[in-house]
Amino acid sequence: MDPVPSREIADMSGQAALPRKNGELVFDEAWQGRIFGMTVAMSHEACFAWREFQAQLIAEIAHAEREGESSSYYERWLHAFERLLADKGLLDEAALAERTLDFETGRRDDVL
Amino acid sequence: MSRAHDEHGHHHREPESVLSLRVRALESLLIEKKLVSSEAVDRIVGAYEQDIGPHNGAKVVARAWVDPAYRQRLLADGTAAIEELGFGGVDLQVVENTPGVHNLVVCTLCSCYPHSRQSGTSRSSTAPARYGSRAWCCASSASTCPRAWRSGSGTRAPSSGTWFFRNGPPAPNA
Repeated sequence: MDPVPSREIADMSGQAALPRKNGELVFDEAWQGRIFGMTVAMSHEACFAWREFQAQLIAEIAHAEREGESSSYYERWLHAFERLLADKGLLDEAALAERTLDFETGRRDDVL
Repeated sequence: MSRAHDEHGHHHREPESVLSLRVRALESLLIEKKLVSSEAVDRIVGAYEQDIGPHNGAKVVARAWVDPAYRQRLLADGTAAIEELGFGGVDLQVVENTPGVHNLVVCTLCSCYPHSRQSGTSRSSTAPARYGSRAWCCASSASTCPRAWRSGSGTRAPSSGTWFFRNGPPAPNA
């Protein structure tokens, strides 16, 4: 059965509000949808409360604005997600760097 | 610490392709740890793409077009009527445009709100002076106020009848 979208997620306000066009969510690139889906999936599995991620996202956006970074909304989302997972002990940043290199160099080509 | 971080542990902007690789790497690690599955991510993205936005409202309006009894229930109690179709989570007031009554939903926080912002609904016997002009209201700027009335989209303003200005939801980015 398909998950029912949560208002808590869909109705985030202020700078954390999801990018939309004509009311519909906008993912400019496929990876943006993947990172959104992973974050929602892990909140469904109670790996963290949505408000925890939202607070991390708001902090990441505030930091990027302060630093004058031109990063996109979902780039900031990715960073917030990584930070939250690392804080929860669910992600080893070194392992992520290594796995990213595997994809960059073509040693790995599939997520599975 | 990964090379995407500076000495304070903060990230810097990367080319999109690198971001895409990083997200794939992240997904593969989380799948290995059985924290997510690709199928779950697919279903969530699909559900949010399909259910968020104007689709649900369009279904409600289409039902009201073909089912006069449903239309009456929708006008009498919008919140209850949309629950019949499985939608909820919002308090909804449904209004209907007729030849003599024109409703204009205006974003609560817009500086262009034509009457008192304190009142939920205000009334006028004339169309707003700038109605129909591309410059009128925030609607010409969908990025700052996407829910507002699209006055710049070529809709023609009726010259007679009563106008009701209604507060819509606040602008999402306000």
